[in-house]
Amino acid sequence: MSFVKGLKCRECTREYAIEPIYVCEYCFGPLEVVYDYDGIKKVLTKKKIESRPQNLWRYKELLPIDKEPTSGLYSGFTPLVKAEKLARHLGLKELYVKDDTVTHPTLSFKDRVVAIALSKAREFGFDTVACASTGNLAHSVSAHGAAGGFKRYIFIPATLERSKIIASLAYEPNLIAVDGNYDDVNRLCSEVANKYNWAFVNINIRPFYAEGSKTQGYEIVEQLGWRVPDAVVVPCASGSLMTKIWKSFKEMKQLGLIEDTNTKVFAAQATGCSPIVKAIKDGVDVIKPVKPDTIAKSLAIGNPADGFYATQIIKESGGFGADVSDDEIVDAIKLLAATEGIFSETAGGVTLASAIKLIESGRIAKDDVTVLSITGNGLKTKEAIVGRTVEPYHIDPNLKSFEQILNKIKNR
Amino acid sequence: MAVKVKIPVPLQRLTQGKEEVEGDPGTIISLIEGLDKKYPGLSERISEGGKLRRFVNLYVNEEDVRFMKNEDTEVKDGDEVSIVPAIAGGCILG
Repeated sequence: MSFVKGLKCRECTREYAIEPIYVCEYCFGPLEVVYDYDGIKKVLTKKKIESRPQNLWRYKELLPIDKEPTSGLYSGFTPLVKAEKLARHLGLKELYVKDDTVTHPTLSFKDRVVAIALSKAREFGFDTVACASTGNLAHSVSAHGAAGGFKRYIFIPATLERSKIIASLAYEPNLIAVDGNYDDVNRLCSEVANKYNWAFVNINIRPFYAEGSKTQGYEIVEQLGWRVPDAVVVPCASGSLMTKIWKSFKEMKQLGLIEDTNTKVFAAQATGCSPIVKAIKDGVDVIKPVKPDTIAKSLAIGNPADGFYATQIIKESGGFGADVSDDEIVDAIKLLAATEGIFSETAGGVTLASAIKLIESGRIAKDDVTVLSITGNGLKTKEAIVGRTVEPYHIDPNLKSFEQILNKIKNR
Repeated sequence: MAVKVKIPVPLQRLTQGKEEVEGDPGTIISLIEGLDKKYPGLSERISEGGKLRRFVNLYVNEEDVRFMKNEDTEVKDGDEVSIVPAIAGGCILG
């Protein structure tokens, strides 16, 4: 039984039936799924959610599918790690890491959105799935698509590093390397999507796909014991994850699962690509596109589609934003690994480094219960810290050689 | 010679199915308002109150007008203007 009523334009509120469409025909605004919350409220309780298997489909009434899910059956419900050592280091009373570095099966939060996108693609009757990506999304669509028996077309810029391509190739998709930059890939895909009857997860399936990000917010609330944090720090590329986390808190309040949504929402970006944070700092609503230059490539969107909505949420919630240098990103990746044993990709470094700045400036108070949204695994962007880690000790294969080194280590 | 304007699929209904039309040099906003005379309804789909709509990207010779002077960006004979509905980003690099 489905609680989805239809699609609605966020800009001009024109309504549409449930179909694989993604922009308002009239004003080109993004379409969003509309639910029957009164109906959901009657059937969805904390007890019911808690009784279900530990994956993101435990919130299925709040996800835009009509039948039982067919993709991502093991995705989501990642650990909410109580980060006591890191909290002490930062002088915070209570700090948590929402650890999507271990999302099944491809180790990033994109498995959440792809789980919904491919379940929906199946309902629509598509036999082919596609996406434009350079990293996490390519991995996720390749993997979920393989498991679901879909034909897969993954579009990437040809200039991408070989190491990043390998992880997608393992799943044997049709990988299309486009001779051009990211914007060229993007534009080509919109033309391909118009011509071929494929499920482009981040184009014509986008309104459904994007809803998957809400599950990170539901899990944070449930894992905190059905309460929202005082502060949440979210990395921003398009700004979509932030808008969906905020939406998830509001929905849970509307359903009576929590009482308040008094969370301050903070945006984290790399200085080399920070159009959202710049707008927040300047106090304006207009997002001025930039040309990205940062090691945090998974966040390098110079023209963020949900940027406007992200700034509105920050204003509404009393949050703020911070941007950080490439060096600060690397230091934060290492700090998270050394204190909590969690190795995140560059986006995670952006989140932690930004949180540090927000704590230092007093935007996040020492007694705020704070959650860091860590979205992807460091094994995907190892090159970011090459030459910036400690070095191994080289020894001869005998005890004497080992003990010489051990002495050095102990006396360091 | 004139300014060439590429029309995206959702707006081709207003241009009798044409993928490319021609307009007069001037500012971007005057170009659009000029096209509206020939293709009524085009202007309100792209702009509102003299400003470009938030989810419409305009490129002059492949450069986003927001890197230039927005709706006041000058276009001349031979320039190529593309109107591209913003694809909700987020995943293009993600």
